Amino acid sequence: MSDIKNIRDQFVSKLKNDLSLEEINTIKTDLFGKNGQISSQFKTIGLIPEKERKKFASDLNQVKDELQSLIINKINEIDGKKINEKLEKEKIDITLPERPFARGKVHPVSQTIDEISSIFSEIGFSVEEGPDVENEYNNFTALNTPDNHPARDMHDTFYLDENKEVLLRTHTSPVQIRTMMKDKPPFKIIAPGRTYRSDSDQTHAPMFHQVEGLHIDKNINMGHLKGCLNYFIKEFFEVEKIKMRFRPSHFPFTEPSAEVDIGYKIKDGKIIIGEGDQWLEILGCGMVHPNVLKNVKVDPAKYQGYAFGIGIDRLAMLKYGINDLRSFFDCDYRWLNHFGFDPLDVPTNYRGLSR
Amino acid sequence: MKITFDWLKDHLTVNAKEESLIEKLTDIGLEVESIENLSEGLDLFKIAKIVKTEKHPNADRLKVCDVDIGEKEIKKVVCGAPNARNGLITVYAPPGAIIPKNKTKLVVAKIRDVTSYGMLCSESELNLSEESEGITELALSKYNKSIGKNFFNQASSNLIDLSITPNRPDCLGVRGIARDLAASGFGKLKQEKNKVINSKKPQTIKVKISNEKNQGCFSFGSCLITNVKNVESPKWLKDKLISIGQKPISAIVDITNYVMIDINRPLHAYDADKIEKRIIVRNSKSGEEFTALDNKNYKLEDGMCVISDDKGVLGLGGIIGGTRSGTEIDTKNVLIESAYFDPRSIRSTAKRLNIDSDAKFRFERGIDQLSIEEGLKKAAFLIKKICGGEISKIDIQKINKFKNKIIKFDPNSFEKVTGFKIPTKDMLYILGKLGFQCKKDKKALKLTIPSWRPDISQEIDVVEELVRLSGYDKIKIEEPIKERKKSTLTQTQKLFHFLQRSIASKGYLEAITWSFTDAKYNDYFKGQYKELKIINPISSELSVLRNSIFSNLIIYMRKNIDRGIKDLSIFEIGPIFYGTQPGEQNTVVSGLVAGKKSRLSWLEKDRNVDVFDIKRDVVQTLVEAGYDSEKFFIDDETPTYYHPGKSGRLFLNRGKDSIAAYFGEIHPNIIKQIDLKTESLVGFEIFLDNLKLPKKSLKDQKTKYSVSDYQKSERDFAFIVDKKINVQDLVSVIANVDKNLISNIKVFDVYEGENIPKNKKSIAISVTIQSQEKTLDVSDLDKINKLIIKTVENKTGAKIRS
Repeated sequence: MSDIKNIRDQFVSKLKNDLSLEEINTIKTDLFGKNGQISSQFKTIGLIPEKERKKFASDLNQVKDELQSLIINKINEIDGKKINEKLEKEKIDITLPERPFARGKVHPVSQTIDEISSIFSEIGFSVEEGPDVENEYNNFTALNTPDNHPARDMHDTFYLDENKEVLLRTHTSPVQIRTMMKDKPPFKIIAPGRTYRSDSDQTHAPMFHQVEGLHIDKNINMGHLKGCLNYFIKEFFEVEKIKMRFRPSHFPFTEPSAEVDIGYKIKDGKIIIGEGDQWLEILGCGMVHPNVLKNVKVDPAKYQGYAFGIGIDRLAMLKYGINDLRSFFDCDYRWLNHFGFDPLDVPTNYRGLSR
Repeated sequence: MKITFDWLKDHLTVNAKEESLIEKLTDIGLEVESIENLSEGLDLFKIAKIVKTEKHPNADRLKVCDVDIGEKEIKKVVCGAPNARNGLITVYAPPGAIIPKNKTKLVVAKIRDVTSYGMLCSESELNLSEESEGITELALSKYNKSIGKNFFNQASSNLIDLSITPNRPDCLGVRGIARDLAASGFGKLKQEKNKVINSKKPQTIKVKISNEKNQGCFSFGSCLITNVKNVESPKWLKDKLISIGQKPISAIVDITNYVMIDINRPLHAYDADKIEKRIIVRNSKSGEEFTALDNKNYKLEDGMCVISDDKGVLGLGGIIGGTRSGTEIDTKNVLIESAYFDPRSIRSTAKRLNIDSDAKFRFERGIDQLSIEEGLKKAAFLIKKICGGEISKIDIQKINKFKNKIIKFDPNSFEKVTGFKIPTKDMLYILGKLGFQCKKDKKALKLTIPSWRPDISQEIDVVEELVRLSGYDKIKIEEPIKERKKSTLTQTQKLFHFLQRSIASKGYLEAITWSFTDAKYNDYFKGQYKELKIINPISSELSVLRNSIFSNLIIYMRKNIDRGIKDLSIFEIGPIFYGTQPGEQNTVVSGLVAGKKSRLSWLEKDRNVDVFDIKRDVVQTLVEAGYDSEKFFIDDETPTYYHPGKSGRLFLNRGKDSIAAYFGEIHPNIIKQIDLKTESLVGFEIFLDNLKLPKKSLKDQKTKYSVSDYQKSERDFAFIVDKKINVQDLVSVIANVDKNLISNIKVFDVYEGENIPKNKKSIAISVTIQSQEKTLDVSDLDKINKLIIKTVENKTGAKIRS
């Protein structure tokens, strides 16, 4: 017993000193190495008379545990000190800039198209597309605008052949024709896309974007048209209330036709949609002309409905305060960066159209 | 179409303010484009009398005039007009006045050292006539007591410019607009007095309409007025024309213009003495020519409708008259023409000759066929009244008889289209006011369409009239139903959106550029495609459809670099064209990256962007879109606009079915030729139409989940291979050694140079080996190691590096 106690006392006091890791390791070996003092004591257990053996073993284990834990604590203490010293040395100026990142953006027209699709999706429209190059029939004739019709003058058309048979579509309405030709009614589609007119100044670009809408079914009337557009405009501008005015107009492919104005006012240099007594024309629409339905083999006695065409660029300008149409297509890096949208900002119904 | 409220009141009895007129016009579909106050500032122009003239001390042709502008005030005005003389009554404009003709504002000015306070005006400067020779001369007898008074009448109302849609020719006349307003409840249409010509004198110039095929004139009315004295128009007529921005010319011309605007009845006045014998209306023959009133000489093609005499072409019917038979101030005998021309014929002729005129604009939209006589009468009486002379009988030649259209109209169709109801009696009221004759015929109405409404031919046209005049505000809103029966986007459309946002998320700014481009730039990038010209481009820089998006992107890339932006990534997703038939287009995502990575970084050394940056963007995007990169196959056959050694072509699988993408450095020659100042330029093109849609939906893919928890080990190999061997083949050989055990292969070093034989390279590869079934022991691993080495050596001629 006294041996054990001696060993304990001796090493406890040793371990109280300021020790290096090597010195601790030496102590460890001295105690628990192959011929260490505690290890040697364990070897003697068998020689201890049986009635004392139990107590001896218990005492020995107690001392072993005590010393072992003292050693571990000592090592931890030294490690901790070392880490602290290292940390002290590793202090950096955290205000230095991070690794550079590049932030991409989606064009405001693309974002607006996604917003429009999201709104119309909710009331059951699906998206159709058509080619940019169209034949004269789909762009004009089928849309009740035969050759020598003065309404053709309203469209300054880019032609791709001398006979004027192929052209760059002047509106998205030929998608109506394509859609109705390939399927059977009912139809409920929107068709966003590029459109072209040979016209270029501050407010006109030779290329711009339109979204066409078409809803043909039994008993679709002008009230549905008004309801649909009223809903769309409210959702798009994310306002509670809008002022909307239907004005009679004329398009060869719809009858009755209307142009739609929305009320706005300018406040602190910013346009506010839905208030005020200024009017702004934003789209054309009407009931699809029976001649158009006949041209695509839909029976106008059974089916009727409405169509509309909205200038997408114009909508984007209004919503996001962009003044110059031509800047959309100028590709100025600074402009794209400012007016572009983060690709993660996908317009959806549940999280809203925009932040 | 320009009108004034005052002119409208010639036809409309109404007691309302201009504001409510404007609102009403808009409400019934006659869109008000602009409202202009023509008389603004005109009150500054005064009737004045020259009381003294002296020669200008420093200029022979100038005079210094003392001008009495009323209330005993005398102004000194320097004037160059030869007719400036003592006692002349004329028009004085003070400093501050704006001259109507050139819109310049007068100031007090020194003219050769003599100060001039204002100006004496010619008729031309006041937009009263073409007369610019001298200053306006006002009759002493009439104006002597008016010195100091306003020259212009203040009463003239605002000029209202309407945008009349092409279906409404009837509203190209003031009366037509008045009729529409009256039908909507705005005022009452005045009855026209029906005057009768009681002449016994025949119209002596014989008129014949040739009845050949496609001849564009259906009827030709004429009236001869003899012994006239063509004079300046009276004030009321001049004022009328000036009030809508037109310039008076002479009584005869002014009268024909007035009738045209008033009742939309174009007329033409001939100097009857200049017509050789008779008038023949016929198709032109190729080679005929004439000089028109616009002083241009036109060479005609076959089949244009001409008015001719025995000498040849006098004019193009319904489009423009000729100089040979035009009326002048000394014209004695006038023949007035009032005819009907076929809109299609007018339009095709005007288009071929590129002529625009007021008459053409009206005829191509459709003139009231029954207004021939009314127009002639109106003009003849006015000429007689103003110019004197004798009116002949009216002569009307026709080759077909006009019959009013009659259609059936079911009153129920109104509610079916508009969603709301109006009583039948309201319908009858509106239609009646519009000039329809309505007869009840069982359940339907039998409508006789007025001759001035060529746009109305079926039921829906009548519905439009009724809803337009009832007011669109009566249409009730039907709230849309929130129900989706069909998915909004197709798989391809979803892929489009995905690629767009995926590329943007890699630091690219999305651009939208024209679908056409500069032929010069298109040439660099057109590759295998042929140039597609636009027949009528807006500029030579936008003359072809783009065969590639690169042409536009690189133009804008250079502009941005010139703005001082050095490191840029831009992309566009949109169409490229390979033919001019509908559908000969592909959707492409194309991007360009210029400059450096880590420019001016305190962390790391900068480097040029390179082909492996762009390759990552392409591969990562495709992987994100759901394609398996392990199946990708890449070779180096790229179009000539890429760097031949640093570009690649990517297929979604080894089958090389269609090209998914190109990527690489842009050819240095192109960069040099277009003078793009950047350290490096790389680009990619992903061909959306060539990407087969993944067969399995995400739903199906997710349900398959399996991972191995057995120990994996990594083994490194270094092979010495021929330089020709590419890494893709080497990796593929290894992958195929045992697909069950080899789970990942990474190339971590490629080395050429010292210690490696010429024409050889060393490739170091780390292979991850893991079984799905058990922990591999040493012998298993040894076996697979040996197999890898043996297979690679056999298949590629490589040697393992010891």
